[in-house]
Amino acid sequence: MGPDSRVLVRKSRKQAQQYFRVYKENIPVLQLVRETAAVMQEFTQSGGVRPFGVSLLVAGYDDNGPQLYQVDPSGSYFSWKASAIGKNVSNAKTFLEKRYTDDMELEDAVHTAILTLKEGFEGQISGKNIEIGVIGTDRIFRVLTPAEIDDYLAEVE
Amino acid sequence: MVGKNCFAIACDRRLGVQLQTVATDFQRVFKIHDKLYIGLSGLITDVQTLHQRLQFRHKLYHLREERNMKPATFASLVSSILYEKRFGPYLCQPVIAGLDEDAKPFICAMDSLGAKELAKDFVVGGTASESLYGACESMYKPDMEPEELFEVIAQALLSSVDRDCLSGWGGIVYVVSPDQVIVRTLKGRMD
Repeated sequence: MGPDSRVLVRKSRKQAQQYFRVYKENIPVLQLVRETAAVMQEFTQSGGVRPFGVSLLVAGYDDNGPQLYQVDPSGSYFSWKASAIGKNVSNAKTFLEKRYTDDMELEDAVHTAILTLKEGFEGQISGKNIEIGVIGTDRIFRVLTPAEIDDYLAEVE
Repeated sequence: MVGKNCFAIACDRRLGVQLQTVATDFQRVFKIHDKLYIGLSGLITDVQTLHQRLQFRHKLYHLREERNMKPATFASLVSSILYEKRFGPYLCQPVIAGLDEDAKPFICAMDSLGAKELAKDFVVGGTASESLYGACESMYKPDMEPEELFEVIAQALLSSVDRDCLSGWGGIVYVVSPDQVIVRTLKGRMD
């Protein structure tokens, strides 16, 4: 659910910034995941609130290298090398199990992600109806522009 | 004081209330973890409270992040804890010294509001700080081995506290290298 995710993103951003204010260091991925998961768990146990209707995939790059975590509405979190959530999740995961390797470069990873999306995609896939975010060893998170996505799509064809 | 892949941190041992000496074995350099030490000078009640708070924060950090704090991170933490009390500060001047993961020494001093003073050679604090600046400036040279570093820091400390009536009664010196820590007690003028 869209609005629920906005609340969680706001909370996570605030927590990450609070960490930075104290330690002058970017928050490690696992710490942010833990704190976000704690918020989600709170809403399963407090009175008068309902659990968040979203699962999150949190990806980041810190001193322990690149990491990917999935956080569920219950508040439990799992570490993944590759994962999928949402519609068509079982097909996507099966596809990833076959296609994922440990030593992929960033380019290969983007291609694999696009192919995974294409599997269950209804309609024509293009730079305007998918979003791709990447983070590399430079530790800077970027969302690709539609033009860049179209380039990758052309490579995949 | 910074040496070659090592650092040394030292303090005197007097605890006094103006002219009265209350203790001659007071410890004001504390270990946070194997490669990180903090010296706190100033009002002793604040020294003790700050030490307890910082130890608490580091232990919690260690439990959560499953690793020790880097010296620079710890310095930022101390700075923000001190600034929280901006309008009723802890009357303490910390001196932080640690070794990074790649055995690079890190030192930093702060005033009681948390303003960091980073240096590459030495940092000082306390009632004899002006004397200490002079002594360190003249005796320091870069890239000293642990043994020589100990001699230099010990001489700098003893000669400075001799000029200050509120400091003295000997000293303690910690010399920390990547593989060992040597603690030595100094006997100076016991007055």
